[in-house]
Amino acid sequence: MQLVLERRAERSAIIAITSPLIAIALTLVTMSVLFAILGKNPIAALNVYFVEPLTDSYSLQEIAVKATPLVMIAIGLSLCYLANVWNIGAEGQFLMGAVCGSWLAVVTNGTGAGSWVLPAMLILGALGGALYALIPAICKVRFGANEILTSLMLVYVADLFMDYLVRGPWRDPKGLNFPTTAEFDSVATVPTLIDGSRLHAGAVITCIVVMLAAVMLGRTIKGFEIRVVGAAPKAARFAGFNSKQLVLFTFAVSGALAGLAGIIEVAGPVGHLQPGISPGYGFTAIIVAFLGRLNPVGILIAGLFLALTFIGGEGAQISMKIPLDLTKVFQGILLFYVLACDSLILYRVRLVKLYRKAADGTA
Amino acid sequence: MGLLEAIILSVIAASTPLLLAAAGELVVERSGMLNLGVEGMMIMGAACGFAGAWLTSSTFIGALCGIAAGAALSAVFALFTLGLAVNQVAAGLALTILGIGLSGLVGAGFVGEKISPAPNLYVPILTGLPFIGRILFGQDLLVYFSVGLVAAIWWFLYRTRAGLILRAIGDNHTSAHALGYPVLRIRTLAVLFGGACAGLGGAFLPLAYTPFFIPGMTAGRGWIALALVVFSSWLPGRLVGGAYLFGAVTILQLHAQGLGLGIPSQLMSSLPYIATVVVLVLISRARVTAGSAAPASLGLVFVPDR
Repeated sequence: MQLVLERRAERSAIIAITSPLIAIALTLVTMSVLFAILGKNPIAALNVYFVEPLTDSYSLQEIAVKATPLVMIAIGLSLCYLANVWNIGAEGQFLMGAVCGSWLAVVTNGTGAGSWVLPAMLILGALGGALYALIPAICKVRFGANEILTSLMLVYVADLFMDYLVRGPWRDPKGLNFPTTAEFDSVATVPTLIDGSRLHAGAVITCIVVMLAAVMLGRTIKGFEIRVVGAAPKAARFAGFNSKQLVLFTFAVSGALAGLAGIIEVAGPVGHLQPGISPGYGFTAIIVAFLGRLNPVGILIAGLFLALTFIGGEGAQISMKIPLDLTKVFQGILLFYVLACDSLILYRVRLVKLYRKAADGTA
Repeated sequence: MGLLEAIILSVIAASTPLLLAAAGELVVERSGMLNLGVEGMMIMGAACGFAGAWLTSSTFIGALCGIAAGAALSAVFALFTLGLAVNQVAAGLALTILGIGLSGLVGAGFVGEKISPAPNLYVPILTGLPFIGRILFGQDLLVYFSVGLVAAIWWFLYRTRAGLILRAIGDNHTSAHALGYPVLRIRTLAVLFGGACAGLGGAFLPLAYTPFFIPGMTAGRGWIALALVVFSSWLPGRLVGGAYLFGAVTILQLHAQGLGLGIPSQLMSSLPYIATVVVLVLISRARVTAGSAAPASLGLVFVPDR
């Protein structure tokens, strides 16, 4: 017996809609097995991971706080992936955006600068992320260098660069030698939406980005161009679409969004620049983009779901001593299942009896 | 031991994991598959390799555990990309994330433990020779194995019928299938081989390079190994040179940090990554004029017609 894929005559509409749900269900089953192997009660563990964070308002707000960068980065990445451009260095662009925006916060710190500081920081952050993303994009269109590898290498470089800044020139002199900048002034801080909560204006910006992306993909020529270049490169060339320009465009936009997410994270929930500002948002956003089926609204929902796993993972570590790494395992498994379910939209799986063909032995 | 001798010895040690992982990935890519999960397979190899060696006090069993871990992860990759025709780039990323997470689970109990490093070869008289003695005849066995492995891969790809078929499948899977070659089966074997090599490369780190396990200790070596395959233009011979070049960059920046030249240590630490980008650009630019050396079917989904 052997598993065989068979192309469907038409895309399966039912699976296309339900595929993320099937993937999540399969992941939950796999996770239950893993919990059991780790000697934890699967039902209790799943409850801590996925239900408890939804029951109190603090955790619900934390989910929105964590989803903010995830959704914003994933929207940008989805444009890349739709155009078949592989930016996987969003983590680096996130850090560079954080660094570029923080520069202004650091130099204006304590100078009594006006309320122009925060908007300028956000612009600098987006600009920094976009420029950093353009490095692999230019290397690709100008020299043909593989963007997957170059964009990923630049993550390590950005991480070390930020490390240098907060340990060296930008270190808070009053910070007891901790590697961190001084706490940002209030004019350099993203305001919270409700007093006493951590929910900040970045969540609103993210919702606006989601809407803009939905309009762009569904209603503009540029969005059409992105989808055609990705789905049918030959047709795109015939239509006169410039695929090189599109590589630069998608990289710049996704870099800008990742950079914006970076500076919002630093100027919002964190409040200063320090190592470890991201628990891998740039990589998790890749999963968010695929789980959301590269669709802006889908990404919003997927971002909230993966934020839930971060919060649930922290809760499970505290209350059930489940290692935090299990969240990564969960995310990896989820991405595999999402991709497999996407495949089932186009193919059906058949079990067939294997018979030996004459040429099979290649004698 | 002179400084130069020490540097050469450490360059060889730093290059070996890259060479092992890249050699496996070269075979994978020659069959037309693109497994971007090398980093995940290496870190799993490192965690399981250390666990095996610590539990049994045997470097050999540790290495076997590393191989098994890498191969097991690559089997997951093969199941999804070959069995279910999933996008290889995305599946490779999933494998990396999964491997990093799993290695944290496996390795958590072993952080802070130490093992005795892999024994070095000792040949009477020869190992005692000044300068070249330690370099040529005093390495641990995995170093010799890595070079032998590359030679064996060269022989396999260019001197055997199976190697010819593997290359044919990588260059045109449709034609190879039409000729009756079992495309999916050969690709599965290639992916498993690549996973085993990556696992062994990862296991080399805690078994021979540093005798302990730290989460994330591969530090991007898997990605550098992927870049090395591009650098080598998919030719085994050039892989050795490339791996040793990158090992040299890694070690020289460490020594430069030790000298305290007043250059920020972070800048020196980022050199291997920056060098990877620069090398990729140079190699790719040269190829724009000379034509691509990549296997023509690399990374493309193949579903055989029935």
